[in-house]
Amino acid sequence: MGKVVLVTGVARKLGSRFVRRIQHDPEVDRVIGVDAEVPEHQLGNAEFVRADIRHPMIAKVLAQHAVDTVVHMDVSGTPLGSGGRAQVKETNVIGTMQLLGACQKAPTVRRLVVKSTTSVYGSAPRDPAVFTETMPPKSLPSGGFAKDAVEVEGYVRGFARRRPDVAVAVLRFANILGPQADSPLAEYFSLPALPTVFGYDPRLQFVHEDDVTDVLVLASLDARRGTLNSGTFNIAGDGVLLLSQTARRLGRPTVPVLLPAVTWVGQMLRTAGVTDFSPEQIRLLTHGRVVDTTQMRETLGFAPRYTTAETFCDFARSRGPGLLPPDRLARTVDAIAAALPAGANRT
Amino acid sequence: MADAKVIPFDEDTRARRGPGRPRGRAGSRKKNEGAASATPLSAVPAEFPNEPAGAPEPRAPRDDADPAGAPATAPEGVQQGQDGPAGDPGATGGTGVADGGGAPRTAPASGVAEALADALGGAAERLMGARWDRKVAHGLSFLRRRITGDYEVDEFGYDEQLTDQVLMSVLRPFFDQYFRVEVKGIENIPAEGGALVVANHSGTLPLDGLMAQVAVHDHHPAGRHLRLLAADLVFVLPVVNELARKAGHTLACTEDAQLLLERGEVVGVMPEGFKGLGKPFADRYKLQRFGRGGFVATALKTGAPIIPCSIVGAEEIYPMVGNSKTLARLLGVPYFPVTPTFPWLGPLGLVPLPTKWTIQFGEPIRTDHYPPEAAEDPMLVFNLTDQVRETIQHTLYKLLVQRRSVFF
Repeated sequence: MGKVVLVTGVARKLGSRFVRRIQHDPEVDRVIGVDAEVPEHQLGNAEFVRADIRHPMIAKVLAQHAVDTVVHMDVSGTPLGSGGRAQVKETNVIGTMQLLGACQKAPTVRRLVVKSTTSVYGSAPRDPAVFTETMPPKSLPSGGFAKDAVEVEGYVRGFARRRPDVAVAVLRFANILGPQADSPLAEYFSLPALPTVFGYDPRLQFVHEDDVTDVLVLASLDARRGTLNSGTFNIAGDGVLLLSQTARRLGRPTVPVLLPAVTWVGQMLRTAGVTDFSPEQIRLLTHGRVVDTTQMRETLGFAPRYTTAETFCDFARSRGPGLLPPDRLARTVDAIAAALPAGANRT
Repeated sequence: MADAKVIPFDEDTRARRGPGRPRGRAGSRKKNEGAASATPLSAVPAEFPNEPAGAPEPRAPRDDADPAGAPATAPEGVQQGQDGPAGDPGATGGTGVADGGGAPRTAPASGVAEALADALGGAAERLMGARWDRKVAHGLSFLRRRITGDYEVDEFGYDEQLTDQVLMSVLRPFFDQYFRVEVKGIENIPAEGGALVVANHSGTLPLDGLMAQVAVHDHHPAGRHLRLLAADLVFVLPVVNELARKAGHTLACTEDAQLLLERGEVVGVMPEGFKGLGKPFADRYKLQRFGRGGFVATALKTGAPIIPCSIVGAEEIYPMVGNSKTLARLLGVPYFPVTPTFPWLGPLGLVPLPTKWTIQFGEPIRTDHYPPEAAEDPMLVFNLTDQVRETIQHTLYKLLVQRRSVFF
């Protein structure tokens, strides 16, 4: 008998991508997508159940379909459709509590996969340069999505203690980018000129959308030989890009702004409701964050197809050229080299 | 702790100094040539037609590296040094801005550029020597990679290309001409594999760390890079943190040090920290407490050899006669130095005194014959810490006895 997979948060692009991907797996019998909103994207053969995970109804769904694998992807930083930050937080935290409560009462559940984020480590100047899974952050995120994620992980740990028979995998994703990404960071990179914090050049790590679905599939199915897919794993592409480097590769000029001004303007814009660029995003773009992915490679047995640089390249290609396209700058430099007296070309 | 083991270093170091010195000299001479060929890189943006011969000029005196040349370069270099943090990104960012603005300007101007080319070529040849064309081509390819973002940084933010081509070229005049650093025992740093260089710390501003970095970079036969562990204050300050990361420094914490050593890097640490850096002038060359011995535990865990490093000369660059605790508290820094010139002469007081430096790398202390759990043995860690400390202290005294004068 195949698996019955329940996926939350399917109204989002990432959730629907994952649903489309996992239903083709031979081990999987049925896929049930759950969300409070009707998804705009195709879900293929998956069954969609319109249910709000903040309500106890989710327990009935679990029991009714005899679900054995729960993939919780409804942990997100941005609101879906209308609704503000309060609603996002409620879905993240209360939704997770309800879902975990339902899972605890459902004897059929054998595996739980939770999408988390590397922002649970925070970003501070006094942190080590590279985070491993066991490292506690020096300063806990004070609010926003990062704090939600920390709380969600806390509940998941509690659930894992109470139901030791359930294999629990928490995947901490670095910033997800790709041609279809719609995260706040993708919006930021789509600005014509990138405001940066003066005097700071953060290190960033990205993970490609395709790798996200691949690793979620890997974590949802039975572990392959020699690997273990329960536990907490950092998921990120290899390598690191500096913010200045990403701007140059995108071909967008940067506008350095003093840190107090950034914080203040960000707050103004948030109050005015123009953007939901959160303080934690500003902290990320100030101090950066890099995680260690040894566990992902050696224990989980996952090798991402895209490095950080390739992920960014794929994303940049989808966004079109900026004001200072790198290839044009390169051609200008070549033109200068060619215009130099003949001597320069001899070499 | 009291019965600290003092290892007999006298015979060893004396025996080594014979081959050590000429090698260091030769290395420095060779690297000087390398430096000379590398310098025009930073001067490259000046090759834009609008500014034909602006930047190479201040660099020109560097070629005659006689002592008389040193004072000439000093003011320029110094200014970069003390607001090195502020001045530098200006320089690097400057290239970005210049070409950003330059791109549209130069595209239609290529015809004009050709017309200017002959005159320019003559001027450049006079300024930069016969091989100027190759240097310019090299500089342009560097510029091309920089502005298109086509370079690599490691997980710690270390930008090898920028460090080699720009940051080291900025520090090298200090190293060669200003402080005239003499490097001894560089061969004690292994050609490959991890190693932990433990040095004394002094000088009010951490120039000694930077000079040790140049010493390893320019003088080590295998061209190794010293990855310094810096105080958290460095990573709080804007601009400074950016440059520190790009130069390969990282936060002084066990996790980072261990990761770097596991990857086989040469890690530099100054366990005295601010206690050593900000000690009064009267306490010069007296080593302060060596932290809690965390560096020894990390070396034991990774089996990396510990290389004691003694730096003479850094103590006198800013003779700290007083410390304004109130100002330090207000500014949120560990100490606020008062020297005979600072803050009385304003920014001029930030010019370090041109002392003569010696950096001696000592015999490696092996840690790979201890079992991995030795890091959990506090007695062993304390003993090793003391051994390293005593070695550095004794080498300091020896070097001080040999020193003819503070400035020569």
